[in-house]
Amino acid sequence: MIWLVGAVVFWGLAWALNVWLAGSRMGQRRAGRIAVATLFGVTILVLWEGLVRGFAVPPVILPGPSVIGPTIATSLPVLWADFVQTVVKGALTGFAIGTAAAFVTAIAIDRSPFLQRGLLPIGNFVSALPIVGLAPILVMWFGFDWQSKAAVVVVMVFFPLLVNMVAGLQATDRLSRDLMATWSASYWQGLFKLRLPAAMPFIFNGLKIAATLALIGAIVAEFFGSPIVGMGFRISTEVGRLGLDMVWATIAVAALSGSAFYGLIAWIESRVTFWHPSQRG
Amino acid sequence: MSDRAIPVLTVVAGIVALWYAASVWMNATWVFDQAERAGTVVTWAEVVPQTMAQDRPLLPPPHQVAAQLWQGITGQAVTSKRSLVYHGFVTFRGTMLGFGLGIVLGVSLAMAIVRFRVMELSVMPWAIISQTIPIVALAPMILTLSNQLGIDSREVPKAIISAYLSFFPVLVSMVTGLRSPDRIQIDLLATYGASPGQVFWKLRLPASMPYFFASLKVAVAAALIGTIVGELPTGAIEGLGARMLIGSQFGEPLIMWAALFAAAILAGLLILAVGLVERMARARMGVAP
Repeated sequence: MIWLVGAVVFWGLAWALNVWLAGSRMGQRRAGRIAVATLFGVTILVLWEGLVRGFAVPPVILPGPSVIGPTIATSLPVLWADFVQTVVKGALTGFAIGTAAAFVTAIAIDRSPFLQRGLLPIGNFVSALPIVGLAPILVMWFGFDWQSKAAVVVVMVFFPLLVNMVAGLQATDRLSRDLMATWSASYWQGLFKLRLPAAMPFIFNGLKIAATLALIGAIVAEFFGSPIVGMGFRISTEVGRLGLDMVWATIAVAALSGSAFYGLIAWIESRVTFWHPSQRG
Repeated sequence: MSDRAIPVLTVVAGIVALWYAASVWMNATWVFDQAERAGTVVTWAEVVPQTMAQDRPLLPPPHQVAAQLWQGITGQAVTSKRSLVYHGFVTFRGTMLGFGLGIVLGVSLAMAIVRFRVMELSVMPWAIISQTIPIVALAPMILTLSNQLGIDSREVPKAIISAYLSFFPVLVSMVTGLRSPDRIQIDLLATYGASPGQVFWKLRLPASMPYFFASLKVAVAAALIGTIVGELPTGAIEGLGARMLIGSQFGEPLIMWAALFAAAILAGLLILAVGLVERMARARMGVAP
């Protein structure tokens, strides 16, 4: 009971503090914004712990953060091996191959308006499809190890990035292109000095979509068969053994690596497209 | 129309041709293996027809997939467990449930965020972070949780996963949309003495509709993906995702491919339907098409 009341009281206090912070001058500044968001996150953790203890929820249903934390600390080697298998070998390899392929394809069809008009609607349609459904087929082709996971990721990231990049390469206006022509710039000079930089906001938009898709693809593919290491494997076996603290530990690692990957791309974006209005705010 | 149809059809024809070539190439290994075991030598003229009609091809050629799809749709009563219409309907039901939940969640969060600054500062960053978490990691978890809580239905965990994926596009667009009215329009309503509720219903909500419908197309595709992913690891026995799993476990590639294309058709129909609803809503609101 005391846990329940404590959690609710903490919630109320944190919310009041947040309301005050958001209304005050601090809320306009970066530090204030981070403080409010962090406090909200901590509140959720405290509420979770309080509810689990207050209602005496057995750990096979929902372990509290105080159980999950030590599990993460004690099983670091296992979590690290899963991370390397799924994120580094599966997702990152696939992401690199898929984005490189989309990049090359976009530049290859850049000179043919005919191909662009044909590919763009199809690319748009395909990126709305449940491509994860290809996972069992690709696992059958490439085997159980990370190669099949990378292949799923390649297919998943290819079309969203291709569509964004083709749109981005068309984003320059007539005037700028004519200016390049008056300087007698060759096709490649025009591409590298004008159109590719102008396409960067679109490309990063596609890369951010692809980053979240990459992890989803790598984990889903592991449900269809994997060696005895990997995040998807860990989750499905530990759920079966009712080792839910380990499941939540893996979810925490997945969340952390997903956010870090996304954050890294957003950081590179802010460096590369510093000139774009959305970055200057 | 024709200046778009011709390039699209050309590219589709190119893809089909590539697909045939790939299926000959990939299935030929099996034919050569069989011939070697039988001690006979086969020529390419004999190999090609054999790659077109295997029971368990590595890559089934398009016509085999089309035949399986047609058989799955029309081959039996739509209520049969072997009918793709039946499984498609199960997936469709899950998608709609998750889509509806996602819309309600996204719109209400957006309303709160636009109304209260503290909501924006505390919820928005976590909403963004929530999308970088691979939801599929949570899927088996959500199933056990709802099982332990006594919810036997497999619909609920599927709907939660699909709502989780589909609320985000709605949230982001609605926040932009509800903020899209100009200062000057809000001021005008203030001179009329409009209450905040009236400003919301008569200005903000109508102004956000184009953003809302644009996000629905993304959200419905995300909801379908969520439902199918939700059917994969949760041990579902019905639905297109479950068909893919069954095809994978029993080594029946044709079942997998047919389910995959059924899912693609379903995605196309859903996007078309959302577009239709959008057009009707725009006509009702008096916006030029």
